[in-house]
Amino acid sequence: MPIIEKDGEKIWRRRDPKTALIHWLTTLGIALVVVYCARQISAQTTWDFVWTSGLQAQDLANRMMPPKFSYASELWTPLIDTIHIATLGTLLGIMIAAPLAFLTARNTTPSRLFVRPIALFLLVTSRSVNSIIWALLLVVILGPGMLSGILAIALRSVGFVGKLLYESIEEIDTRTVEAITATGATGPQILTYGVIPQIAPTFTGISIYRWDINIREATVLGLVGAGGIGMELQASIDTLAWSQVSILFLLILSTVVLSEWVSARARSAVT
Amino acid sequence: MSEVTQPTNQTVRTWRRPPQIKDPRLRWALYIGSVAYLCLALASVEIDVARLVEGTVRAKSLFAGVLSPDFVTRWTDIRAGFAESLTMTVVSTVLGVLLSIPIGLGAARNLAWRPVYLVCRSILAVSRAFHELIVAVLFVAMFGFGPFAGLMTLVVSTVGFLGKLLAEEVESIEWNAVEAVTSTGASWLQRVVYAVVPQVLPRYLGLTLYRLDINFRDSAVIGLVGAGGIGATLNTAFDRYEFDAVAAILLMIIGIVLCAEYAASAIRKRVL
Repeated sequence: MPIIEKDGEKIWRRRDPKTALIHWLTTLGIALVVVYCARQISAQTTWDFVWTSGLQAQDLANRMMPPKFSYASELWTPLIDTIHIATLGTLLGIMIAAPLAFLTARNTTPSRLFVRPIALFLLVTSRSVNSIIWALLLVVILGPGMLSGILAIALRSVGFVGKLLYESIEEIDTRTVEAITATGATGPQILTYGVIPQIAPTFTGISIYRWDINIREATVLGLVGAGGIGMELQASIDTLAWSQVSILFLLILSTVVLSEWVSARARSAVT
Repeated sequence: MSEVTQPTNQTVRTWRRPPQIKDPRLRWALYIGSVAYLCLALASVEIDVARLVEGTVRAKSLFAGVLSPDFVTRWTDIRAGFAESLTMTVVSTVLGVLLSIPIGLGAARNLAWRPVYLVCRSILAVSRAFHELIVAVLFVAMFGFGPFAGLMTLVVSTVGFLGKLLAEEVESIEWNAVEAVTSTGASWLQRVVYAVVPQVLPRYLGLTLYRLDINFRDSAVIGLVGAGGIGATLNTAFDRYEFDAVAAILLMIIGIVLCAEYAASAIRKRVL
């Protein structure tokens, strides 16, 4: 923090002139990019629709009210299916992610040159493709239904759980591992007694957190045909039955909030 | 241990790890419950064998497409889609950051006045509760098809994400700095600028970079319901069963995400 002397007075500034200049130029550059991008979007927007969006919203709200409560009784099976998709998908995902994480972590990988890059690439691929897109691909192959949904959730979860897990494996306390090694333990014994106890709470925490995210994702997988309550949503939107849509929104909202609460409680109990 | 009559015979004592859950009744209830749940859940999955057999043909063409991605035939569509996605990503992240700062500060328990805190917290809760795709469906109905609806969707989820994390960050700051600045007679705004911002800025910048990455990935999805971006191109390719174009788009998404991740870690190393 420089102090600039001017006319015998000391003035305190946060940045010296050079850093301030770089700072302002960066800001200006970002601002120019943003303005350019905004103009691109604006060019492709039908502003008339945007100006009348208030009316549209009001119209939608009118159609949604009152919610068709009788419809809710048909929704329990899809809702339970949604939870099954999330849970089974998470289980399958963590079963694939755990070995991959050990292959990726620098301190446990069998080969840094060959195995680690491959495992890392698999994790990145799984993470870059959203579960909805995984579901689109799987629906093409396996047909619509829960199976595609479960696999889509699993494939997306692998990257998330795997990344967080391998980072926590790399951060373990090496002294414990050294102590176990000193007793003459074999490789698998070092893993089970030296590494796994250190990462177990993190692993459980990550898995529960991912489950909670997966519940949220599973509610919309049905929009592309991968089972669960989203299929009902798709059907209701396609037939413009907005009074059913509002019931579905309420149900999805309460499921998501409830699962978030359960997940927060479970995580604070574990860690 | 029962050989008390023969004290000379030393029994070998083995050590076992203590179980994670101390109470054996709770432990077994959990085991049995999990197995029962698993059986029930698996039973509800219907597997249509005929459909699976039919799917193998499509799987073959899908894998063939992945092995020989076609960037050329639909290049103009793909380029337009990516340009739209990237512009949506940039603008939505910036708007989201600008909006999330006041809401995030308002949702911090140690800074905000109680009613403001409650209002901001509920804004954050609502904007995070619905999946982007559902928000996009609503916004497409309101604003019409195109990137504007997608932009608004991404802004909503960015505000929810960054606002919540900013609030948590502000709630865990070192309070001494705030006291020190307050003792110089600083106003609320000066306290925030000189005592709070320097403490949360590095992490907030990191989160913003992360959100930029998420917004790009999400922009590929919300296009499926008509909210513009590469998702729209992807959806068209799927509808035409042009799996080589699908593969090309997916590979480009993965490539861009990888580049973004490397760039973000480089920026983090330099700035933070």
